[in-house]
Amino acid sequence: MSLTNQRVTYGQALIDLGRENNDIVVLDADLGSSTMGRMFENEFPKRHIEVGIAEANMTSIGAGLALVGKVPFVNSFAVFASGRAFDQIRQSIAIGNVNVKIVGSSAGLSDFGDGATHQSVEDIAIMRSLPNITVLSPCDPNEAYQATIAAAKHKGPVYLRINRIDCPNVTKVDAPFVIGQPVVMKEGSDVAVLATGYMVRLALEAAQSLEGKVSVKVVNMHTIKPLCREKLLAAIGGCKAVVTAEEHSVIGGLGSAVAEALRSSPLPMEFVGINDVFGRSAHNYAELLEYFGLTSGSIEQAVLKLKA
Amino acid sequence: MVFDKEVAGRLEDKANALRKNVVMSVGVNYPGHIGGSFSAADIMAALYFHKMKHDPKNRYMPDRDRLVLSKGHIAILQYAALAEAGYFPMEDLAKTKQLSSFLQGHPDLIKSGEYGVEAGTGSLGQGLSIGVGMAYGLRMDGIFCKVYVILGDGELAEGQVWEAAMAANTFGLDNLVAIVDKNDKQAQGAVKDRFDLGGIPEKWKAFGWHVIEINGHDMADVLKGLYGADKFKGKGLDIAEAHPAGMHNASLTKEQYDQAMATFGGRA
Repeated sequence: MSLTNQRVTYGQALIDLGRENNDIVVLDADLGSSTMGRMFENEFPKRHIEVGIAEANMTSIGAGLALVGKVPFVNSFAVFASGRAFDQIRQSIAIGNVNVKIVGSSAGLSDFGDGATHQSVEDIAIMRSLPNITVLSPCDPNEAYQATIAAAKHKGPVYLRINRIDCPNVTKVDAPFVIGQPVVMKEGSDVAVLATGYMVRLALEAAQSLEGKVSVKVVNMHTIKPLCREKLLAAIGGCKAVVTAEEHSVIGGLGSAVAEALRSSPLPMEFVGINDVFGRSAHNYAELLEYFGLTSGSIEQAVLKLKA
Repeated sequence: MVFDKEVAGRLEDKANALRKNVVMSVGVNYPGHIGGSFSAADIMAALYFHKMKHDPKNRYMPDRDRLVLSKGHIAILQYAALAEAGYFPMEDLAKTKQLSSFLQGHPDLIKSGEYGVEAGTGSLGQGLSIGVGMAYGLRMDGIFCKVYVILGDGELAEGQVWEAAMAANTFGLDNLVAIVDKNDKQAQGAVKDRFDLGGIPEKWKAFGWHVIEINGHDMADVLKGLYGADKFKGKGLDIAEAHPAGMHNASLTKEQYDQAMATFGGRA
């Protein structure tokens, strides 16, 4: 299976968007060669804005650009895009429903070497707490491309979470991407695993491994917000229990969002996620996921716990 | 110069009308940012009633000049000007901050965007960055108009102001004018006592800006500053030296209200 990268397909999507829409502009704060804003810059140098190492300024500049009709994509690492510029997002963008796309790159633990300062365990929680913002978390490079296109077409602020790791695709290159629509990746009738981002692939592995023991359904939650209870229940279908899986803190992330949406439903739940701790450095991504229990094995255990 | 004594006199009357509108929107026994509004009233009058290209009947014309109120707490002054210019009925001013009103405590795009508010502000320090984005985007489209950003002097303690100042210089945005309302006051007292900012003009010059210092309460000087900023290739900056206004967020008694209304022209 060939490996690709969400950052690269994101960059390609920016170029494709830029070709059809002159109003697409891309901003970077000295991380363009990592966020792949550089790909757009090489193609459309006049529509790429380097703001220097100043994420707060970049985010408000994005608001100004949107207010004169541009469709700005504001790039940084997820931890800075959502954290350092939180007040700018809240005040200049979310309150006014301003059409800025905030792209959190190197999200989760995917910047494995840089440690806690550069790894985002809370970006989903803080972004989805803001009214008016749509939160997208694609599961693979193909879907990152589709999510970028969908973000551009959506009118209003979007937070797009991008992983930096080379990985195989689990979705088809032309799979439709509808904001807010959970996608059933594998049918099953006992336990539904609702996963987002990189964890979708691990959920599929867990389902396969449990084949014959438990019938596991896998649902790709590429949209964290908006999260519609009816669509969620429809995706879960007849399953009798739910596991959520995310590369994010269990506080405020996908698990919380699902629990909020399913409130007063009788479905028992388990969360697979980071247990209220910061990340840390490691020499590779797999080692780090293992350390924090973000594995197909953890998902299997959670499924079996609910099945017992 | 493109103005004369008659123009200045007319704008002085407008400034007083705005002050009166501010008093009317605050009303009696309810707090409002009266001081900061009064200190910027002259420049606001000069902008909305002479310098800026805008049209309440064609609210979204692409080449209108933009005003970003970075010191968003004086929203009542902008509302006063917008009402005076005809963006919405004067009666709405008195309902400012009421639950049913579209006039929020700070400029709000969703609720007041169609009535002339150009940017959501209120968290200090962000307006100049928004202005940089607007000026950059308008230049990309070849639209020739100005973006004015009004900042407070106390607000200059916010680091993002200087990020934006650097960016404007780097990008060479000659369609952007920052106006610092130097009224020497911030919420907790005199700026120089609370957090001394030192030489404001020198700081902006060091960040690559052209600086024009004016007396913000001398209309001829205000106009000279605004038109002077047009002549610079590069960024313009006006520092409006205003008289200390005394109150940041204060309420008026009935007597103070009546007196203010009488001072600024009377129709209650």
